[in-house]
Amino acid sequence: MDAALDKVFKALAAPERRLLLDRLRADNGQTLGQLCQHLTMTRQAVTRHLKLLEEATLVATIWRGREKLHYLNPMPIHEIAERWIGQYERGRLRALAELKAKLEADTDG
Amino acid sequence: MAESQFVYVTFIRTTPEKLWRALLEPEFTRQFWMGTTQESDWKPGAAWRIAKPDGSTADSGEVLEIEPCRKLVLKWQNEMFPEMTAEGYSRMTYELEQKGETVKLTVTHEMEKRDSKLIKAVSGGWPMILASLKSLLETGESFEGTRRWPDGM
Repeated sequence: MDAALDKVFKALAAPERRLLLDRLRADNGQTLGQLCQHLTMTRQAVTRHLKLLEEATLVATIWRGREKLHYLNPMPIHEIAERWIGQYERGRLRALAELKAKLEADTDG
Repeated sequence: MAESQFVYVTFIRTTPEKLWRALLEPEFTRQFWMGTTQESDWKPGAAWRIAKPDGSTADSGEVLEIEPCRKLVLKWQNEMFPEMTAEGYSRMTYELEQKGETVKLTVTHEMEKRDSKLIKAVSGGWPMILASLKSLLETGESFEGTRRWPDGM
């Protein structure tokens, strides 16, 4: 199963691909055309990055008629969390993450 | 196109037959789905519900499509939180596909409503339940946190 994990980490290693995941998180189920809007990447580059994300199963695709829709698949990242984070640590980590977000927002303001 | 939709894909080292049983049968669902069971006659048009360990209903609906070991489509309404019940029915689909030594399980949960509270709420639960199901089938053990209904719910 570690070969599958390698693909996930490799896919996550590029900022362009993380940006695509952020876009899907904000608006799930987009076509290639929708994803290309407001991006400086070429359509070919987006296609290439999506292919790697799909191979790593970080992106799932569904055909709706003639449109191929892209969805953020949370399972691989969840499985990584399950592997290295115990269930009892989770609550505390969430509290810390919320504290960090709050303190950083205060500093920004 | 559905207004709120999540898609979950996971690859499980098992057979479509075993995965199908694990998704439907009480002795399996209890282990990875918070101690709950699913009740239905499992044919198109049949009523369906998720029963909590105390017997009360968490979610209810109807079987829309069923193709054993391949596909299940359910009409799904939450029965626990009035603001979610008020949203009406969502649609949940399981698709099972053999891929070499694994089975690709695709779970789609969608609703014709923008920013659905139900879809948002289940989006936190599905990854946990599916990861636990995968663990159960591959190692014989589900995750401890998914074996019983949470206190106070």
